[in-house]
Amino acid sequence: MPSPPSAASTGRPAERTWVGITGPPGAGKSTLVSALIAEVRTAGRSVAVVAVDPSSPITGGALLGDRVRMQAYAGDRDVFIRSMASRGHAGGLASTSGAAAAVIDACGFDLVLIETVGTGQAEVEVAAAADTTVVLEAPETGDEVQAIKAGLLEVADLVVVNKGDRPARAADGGPAAGHAGRGRRPKVGSGGAPDRPLPKRPEVLITTASTGAGVPELLASLDRHRVAGRDAATSEARLARAEAQVWAILADRLRASLHAEDRRAATESVLGEVAGHRLDPYTAADRLMGNLVDSDV
Amino acid sequence: MPDRPIKVLIAKPGLDGHDRGAKVLARGLRDEGFEVVYTGLRQTPEMVATAALQEDVDVVGLSILSGAHMTLLPRICRLLAEAGLDDVLVTAGGIIPDDDIPALREAGVAEVFGPGTTIAEVAEFLRTNVRPRD
Ligand SMILES: Nc1nc2c(ncn2[C@@H]2O[C@H](COP(=O)(O)OP(=O)(O)O)[C@@H](O)[C@H]2O)c(=O)[nH]1
Ligand SMILES: [Mg+2]
Repeated sequence: MPSPPSAASTGRPAERTWVGITGPPGAGKSTLVSALIAEVRTAGRSVAVVAVDPSSPITGGALLGDRVRMQAYAGDRDVFIRSMASRGHAGGLASTSGAAAAVIDACGFDLVLIETVGTGQAEVEVAAAADTTVVLEAPETGDEVQAIKAGLLEVADLVVVNKGDRPARAADGGPAAGHAGRGRRPKVGSGGAPDRPLPKRPEVLITTASTGAGVPELLASLDRHRVAGRDAATSEARLARAEAQVWAILADRLRASLHAEDRRAATESVLGEVAGHRLDPYTAADRLMGNLVDSDV
Repeated sequence: MPDRPIKVLIAKPGLDGHDRGAKVLARGLRDEGFEVVYTGLRQTPEMVATAALQEDVDVVGLSILSGAHMTLLPRICRLLAEAGLDDVLVTAGGIIPDDDIPALREAGVAEVFGPGTTIAEVAEFLRTNVRPRD
C-alpha cells in the first residue's frame, strides 16, 4: 500500500487525473514519465506511476525495468512508482493495473501516470482506464501508413512525437503529425455511419524526453485536457472513444472465438471458399457470425 | 509459496559502477519465472527500502562489490524493518568475505551467495524460503 503523499493537494478539490502513456517499445515512454515527474514536482504536485512490462508467456517471469529511468525520485515521498507484470493479460495493461491505480488514487496523488507495455497497436485498453491517453511515437517508428493503422492512434487524446532531437523527421513531426495535420479523421470500426460521433482529432506535440524539451507544454496540454474533459461538449468524443475501445476488444474476441479449436475447421473452410471465389466475403462474414451464434447460444 | 510469481527487487547499493552481475541475475531470475524489478546502479539504502515498499516485493536481492557491505546491508535491513517489511526475504551476493557472513545474518540477511552460485541455486533458495504473505 502506498503511503499518502506528504504534501498532496491539501485544499485542492479531489479530482482524479489518470494519464495513460502508450506507444511502441523504445519510443521513450519511461523517459517521458521521468521528465513528467520532474515537471510535476517542480510545480509542487504529487505523482504516482503504474508501469507495466510484459510477462513471458512461457516462464511467467518478467523483468520490470521502468524504474531505472525514474531513479532520481526514489527518495521523494510525493512520487510513488509501482511496476507490474502484465501476467498474460493482453491489451497493454495488467488485469490489476486499474485496481492498483485506484488504490494509489485513493491516497490522494494529484496525477496518476500509467505506462503500458510497449507492444504496438493493440493497447486501446489503457484508454478505458485513463482520462487522458497519450500515444507516444518516435520519429523513426514507421511511415504514414503505420501511423494511420487502426488501433492506437484512434484512442489518442494527445499524440506525442518524442525524440525531437533526432534530425530525421523532427521538422515535420514524423508520421503522426502528418496524419493529424492533414485532418483525416480516424475511422472507428468499419461502418463509418455519417451521424456517428467522431473522435476528437488528437493534438500533436513534439518532445525530447531525454532533455525535457517540450515537457512543460505537454503538462500544460494535459491540464487543459482535464479541464476540457469536464465539459459536456466532449461527451460525444468520449462516446466515440469508448466505442473504439470496445470494437478493438470485440474484434480480438471474435477472431479468437473463430479460431478456437472447435470452430477452426469451419472457419478455415469458409475462408477457403472466399479465397476460391466461390463465396463473397459478406456472405462469408454472415456465415461465420452464424457459426458463433449457433454454438454459443 | 504464493501461486502468483514471486516478486524480487534486484538492487545495486553502493558506489561501484558494475552492474553486469546484477543484470545477469535479474534476467536469469526472470527466465526462472520470477517477476524482477531492476532498479539500476548506485542505490542508497533509503532508495532500496522505498522501492521495496512501493513495489510490494517478496524478496530484496542486493548485489555489492564495493566492500561497503558491512555498513550498507545492515542499514538496509533496519530501514526495511522500520517500513514494516520485516517479512521480506533479504539476500546478498557479490564479493563478501566468509568472515563477515555471521554478522550479516545477525543483521537480517537470510543468505549470502558466493561468486560460484548458479542462478538455479538462487531461484531454488528463494522458492523455498520466501515467506507466505497476502
Ligand atoms: N535521442 C533521444 N533518445 C531518447 C529520448 N527519449 C528516450 N530516449 C532513449 O530511448 C530509449 C528507450 O527509452 P525508454 O524510455 O526506455 O522507452 P520505452 O520502452 O518506451 O519506455 C532509451 O535509450 C532512452 O534514453 C529522446 O527524446 N531523444
Ligand atoms: Mg518503459
